[in-house]
This record gives sequence, C-alpha cells and structure tokens, in this order.
Amino acid sequence: MQYLVSVIFDQPGLATPEEDAAIDVFNARLVAEGHWVFAGGLGAPDTATVIDNRGGEPMFTDGPYVESKEFLAGFWIIEAADLDVALKLAAEGSKACNRKTEVRPFL
Amino acid sequence: MSTVDVREAVTRAHHQEWARVVAALARRFGDLDIAEEATAEAFATAVEHWPAGGVPPNPGGWLTTTATRKAIDRIRRESKRDDKHKEARMAYHDDPPEPVGAVDDDRLRLVFTCCHPALAMEARVALTLRMVAGLTMPEIARAFLVAESAMGQRITRAKAKIKAARIPYRVPSEQDLPARVSGVLAVLFLVFNEGYLATGPDTDPVRHDLTAEAIRLTRLIRALLPQDGEAAGLLALMLLTEARRTARVSVSGELVSLAEQDRGAWDTALIAEGHRLVRERLAAGAAPGRYQILAAINAVHTSARDVRDTDWSQVVALYDQLVRLDPSPIVALNRAIAVAEIDGPEVALAAVDRLDDSLSAYHAYQATRADLLCRSGRSQESRAAYDKAIELAGNTAETAYLTRRRDQLG
Repeated sequence: MQYLVSVIFDQPGLATPEEDAAIDVFNARLVAEGHWVFAGGLGAPDTATVIDNRGGEPMFTDGPYVESKEFLAGFWIIEAADLDVALKLAAEGSKACNRKTEVRPFL
Repeated sequence: MSTVDVREAVTRAHHQEWARVVAALARRFGDLDIAEEATAEAFATAVEHWPAGGVPPNPGGWLTTTATRKAIDRIRRESKRDDKHKEARMAYHDDPPEPVGAVDDDRLRLVFTCCHPALAMEARVALTLRMVAGLTMPEIARAFLVAESAMGQRITRAKAKIKAARIPYRVPSEQDLPARVSGVLAVLFLVFNEGYLATGPDTDPVRHDLTAEAIRLTRLIRALLPQDGEAAGLLALMLLTEARRTARVSVSGELVSLAEQDRGAWDTALIAEGHRLVRERLAAGAAPGRYQILAAINAVHTSARDVRDTDWSQVVALYDQLVRLDPSPIVALNRAIAVAEIDGPEVALAAVDRLDDSLSAYHAYQATRADLLCRSGRSQESRAAYDKAIELAGNTAETAYLTRRRDQLG
C-alpha cells in the first residue's frame, strides 16, 4: 500500500541546513526499512503554472490552481502496510522537516 | 415459547452477541460494511425464525453462522458484478495473519478501529455506537440530534476512510496501547456525558439509554483490559454518577444539585460496585490517571449519608492531584466549588473569577459564579450571572433549576 505524505507550509523560504540534515537522516531510514518510494521538495507556489487542455486548445495560467496561505512544499511517497505505519512515518517526517504533513492513500 | 420470551431472547442476544458477531465477520472478511450489514441481516432473520423454530441453544453461534452465510452471499453477488472488486478483497484476505497484540479479542480490534485517531471524534462516537453497541442509525441520529441522513453519511464516510486509507483492524502494539486506550475511553466518556446531561433542549434532560450504553461498553473494555487502571477508573466514575441518576431530576423536571438530592434514592448496588473498583485501584498502588481520580472524588461524595458529612478536604486534595495531571480551567472550576465548602464562598469566588477569560461562555461557570455570589450576599451580581447561565444552558432540567434559583434571589 502506498501513501502520499504531503508537506504543508505557510512561510516563504526553503528548509534550513538543520532541517535538511534531519530530512536526510529520515530519508536514509525510509530506504533502509523499505518504505522509500520517492520524495522531493517543490518550488514556491508562485512558480506554478496551471494547464487546461480539456477544450482542444491548451490554456496556460500563471500561479497555483488554488490560492491559500498554506501550500504544498514537498512530499514523500511511502510504502506502508497500513495507516498506523504511515501515520508513524508521517509524524517522524513532520518532525524531521519541521513542517505539518498530511497522509493520503493511493487508490 | 411465548412471543415475549422470544423477544427477550433476541434483545439479550443483541446485547451479548452483536459486537462479537460484527467483530468476527470484520476480521474474516476484512470489511466493516459487510460485517455490519450481514450481522443486521442475521438478527432480522432471528426475529423472523425464532418465534416458530424456537431460540437455538447457542444463539451466538447461530447468529455468527447465519451472518457469515449472508456475508458470503453478498460477496458472491458482488463478485459476479465486479471481478476486480473481488480480487481486491481476496488480496486483503490473504494477508499474513497480523501479529497478536497485547490482548487478543476480535471485539477489542473492532473498538480500536472504530475509535481510531485518524477519524473525527463525532465519527468515532457514531461508529462505536453502531458497530460495537449495535444501536440503529435512527437511534444514533436521535441521540445526537442529527438528521438520520446526516448520521448515515457520517458513518458511511468513516467506513469508506477505514477501507481506503487502510486503518488496520488490530489491537495496537504494547507501546501505543496506553494512548489508544485513552482515546477509546474518551469516546465512551463523551457518550456517557451526553446521556447524563443532554446538551440539547429537545431531548429528555437525562438519557438513560446513552448512559446505560456507555456503561455497558466500558464494562466490556474493562473485561477485555483488566489490567488497565483508567478503564476501571472510568467504569467506577460512570457507576457512581449513574447511581445518582434518579435523584438528579425532580418530579417537576428540575435538576437537583448534589447537596439537595435525596440520598436515599441513590442506587446502593451501583455505589457498592463503584466503591469496590476505587478500592481495587487504590490497592494496586499505581499512580492514578484522571478517571481514577474523578472516580475517587465521586466515591467521597457517595460515601456521605448526608451532604454535611462530606469529607471536603479529601475532595480538595483529590482535585489538587487532578490539577497536576490536567491543569484545565474546568478542573480548576470544580476544585473551587469544593474549596467554597472549606474556606467559604469569597475565597472560592476569587479563584473562579480568575477563570473568566477561558470559561465565560460556559454555562457551569456562570452557574457556579451565580451560586457563590448569592452565598456571598451579592444578589444583584448573582442575578446577572444566573441570567447568563440560563442563556447558555441547553438542558431543560438545568434551565428550570437555574430559573428557580434566580427567582428566589431577594
């Protein structure tokens, strides 16, 4: 079972060196224990472009699809047996990157 | 066998076997929805067949077998319709057996799943009442003054989340157990409190159906986790509170304060059982949690034949202990009520007034202030506080009580 662990944040700026170091330690553990699938940090919301190609002619719009104070700052995709395992890992991830996380199951 | 006997047998089986059957099926089929529906169908079949065929010698076994058959029928029907669905379910089925937790009982797995922290509190309460207590959707909807359709959606959504996010059907590991048990107890305490002082103006002021259900479930948790001090504490607290239920509302539908209650009307059997549990916890010698301390406070109250015999210094000492565990303003408010009995209303009032920032919109805070102001001879201010309390209280019996107190002010 795979889960998306989203990292939610509401401030400008990137992770501090301390946060980066803690994330590296956490990532190494995910790999060692077989939970690692993929992870990455994202550029700021104002670097986003929205595309709508449902009408035949692709439309490009500057900015995120939803304006809000909190935004997706990065994510992990993890392999976990069930939600209890995923919640534990997401809690450790939250501590490591010093931001809120959200867990959602893949279908 | 008479119709009445059969009806009683069904009711008894419902009380004793509902959770067991749901839990066994949930484990076997890995799906709460199927477990719930098949169990309900099995009980409907019992209502249909027992009057003519007689109550089977082992009702629980009969119900489990019948429910299992119903579940298999449904899965067959669905798998014909949707092969992919069947595959998914089979995959869940073939999972290696889960490691056995600290305690192994299907019903316990069911309780922990229904009270999982990833579910909203209101969903936990609704699911627990449906899956573990076996209340019907209309009963639960009525209990919480929610439209039946809304309650149905709440439960459906919770079941869908359990399935999609794969909330495990498992007793938590030893390490997680204390936190998870306290989550379960919080759900049961909420059900009990709603029954003991219904929040809405449109229900009976005291809902015996809910308090009885909460006690029944807490007894179950206590039986399943006999070593857990807080489970014993919560059960004792509920019993000692429930014991005073009939004395708590007057014939005219008014709430009767602890001091004014007819203590002869208290249920001595419940009190004896509650006291036994409190003594058992004291003898265990382990540091008590909040439910055990609250139970001990209630044990002091129920030990006094007359309110004047109450050992208030013991009550205050227990509240001091509770404040250390839970420094919330509500605990401080209740402590102040006991302090008033020892040090007088003025001292208590000073402590209560310090809580104004956090509790001014809480009916019990205004009612306590009103009483202390009245006892300090400040009737003008007391009246204003009673007005606020009446405005904030939702419970009809409490409103009636507060109104009388206000109108008696000189």
